[in-house]
Amino acid sequence: MNNPTDLRYAASHEWIRLEGDIATVGISDHAQEELTDVVFVELPALGRTVDAGDPTAVVESVKAASDIYAPIGGEVVEVNPAVEADPSLVNTAPYGAGWIFKLRVKNAAEISSLMDAAAYTAHIS
Amino acid sequence: MTEPGEPLTLRFVISEIKHSPLEAAHVALGARLVSFAGWNMPVQYSSIIDEHSAVRSACGIFDISHMGQFIVSGPTAGQWLNRLLTNDISTLGLGEGQYTLMLNEKGGVIDDMIAYRSGETEFFLVVNASMIDADFAWMAERLDAGVLLRNDSDSWAAMAVQGPDSAAIFTRLFPNDTLPPRNGIMRTAAGCIVCRTGYTGEDGFEFFAPAAEGISYWDLFLAAGVKPCGLGARDSLRLEMCYPLNGNDLLPDRSPIEAGLGFFCALEKGHFIGRDTLALQKANGPSTKLTAIRYLEKGAPPRSHYPVLSADGAVIGELASGVLSPSLMTGIAMAYLPAEFSKIGTLLKVEVRGRLFSAEVVKKPFYKK
Repeated sequence: MNNPTDLRYAASHEWIRLEGDIATVGISDHAQEELTDVVFVELPALGRTVDAGDPTAVVESVKAASDIYAPIGGEVVEVNPAVEADPSLVNTAPYGAGWIFKLRVKNAAEISSLMDAAAYTAHIS
Repeated sequence: MTEPGEPLTLRFVISEIKHSPLEAAHVALGARLVSFAGWNMPVQYSSIIDEHSAVRSACGIFDISHMGQFIVSGPTAGQWLNRLLTNDISTLGLGEGQYTLMLNEKGGVIDDMIAYRSGETEFFLVVNASMIDADFAWMAERLDAGVLLRNDSDSWAAMAVQGPDSAAIFTRLFPNDTLPPRNGIMRTAAGCIVCRTGYTGEDGFEFFAPAAEGISYWDLFLAAGVKPCGLGARDSLRLEMCYPLNGNDLLPDRSPIEAGLGFFCALEKGHFIGRDTLALQKANGPSTKLTAIRYLEKGAPPRSHYPVLSADGAVIGELASGVLSPSLMTGIAMAYLPAEFSKIGTLLKVEVRGRLFSAEVVKKPFYKK
């Protein structure tokens, strides 16, 4: 799968889509492939404030639990109940229905520290 | 996201990483390799759930070259082993094997293993990878004159072929050899050792080939349609059967009576190391029991060291092993708990990162055909 060019990526394999001051966050196709079968997603509490790099959600495979970090600071304003009900969405649609949470960002300029699709593709290859 | 690929257990970390004679085959298959008991071993090839299902429904193959093989021989080898091991080795006929444990003086577990009578006065022991050196040292210190003990671990590439199709595959690949009965051992015409056992709850066999020939046999099984499986699936399969993993479920300060393995301790055979503790625990009933716990709700997969709480919220222990069962699609775990909390149907809670998930004590094993 190609990494969509309208997203930004963290070195720790989260992606972010910024629309106005709302950032949608998920994990990359590469990350879901590395994790294999996602069997559980722990979502953050609504209203929680996080800084860039804070562990914000947990994605678990049969073998391991992995922290998902906020790529950018903000307040959790929405979580995806669909991945709680069907964690395999993280595997089958990592850039779509498998998104994990949304943040109202504090400082949209932070996004410039994240990679674009070409840089991320180079990062994982 | 934290990089995945953490080893299943870090309990036995040693500096020098050992390599299986089959490692090149795993790399070629794109396996994810991790350090396990000091060995660089495949944890998964494609998906733990797919590999697990292949063993339950068809046939899978595991590299178990990390496990140890000892040869014990001599006219009094059986009597000597009977003083070191819990089961009664004198009951084994030629070509038969048994699950048995080696205990310390306090009755705690050093290692669990399978012992086979491979010759009239020769025994073949298959021990855990993490314990090869410790087992050998313990045995060598106590060796009787006239008994020979040899560590043969580096000579063999070892594979476990497991699943309902395993016997048919063996017959197709080795038409001139006959698979031994359950727990039996035999030598193939080509000089390999075959033991009808496993760690999955399915029919299957462990196949020991001279190390240099290992990859050719591995490839032979794969060409017959057997699916390569890693240590991840091996762990979920064994835990569904409540088979203990040494280091998690078996510990130097826990006895086999506490672990629920009294069936494999022949107290009537006479003295053996650790027997006094077992006799006392058997007479009084153990105060602590390795207990099977199953989630009552969808929750974060249980893992070792997570706290276990009573229904009224008191911490009563921690998980020894835990996994999301691929067969049952629910959390399953084992924990040493005070005997009063080990009765079937007892309600418990498992704490994961501050959240409590309800669970109950169930009968072993978790998975029944």
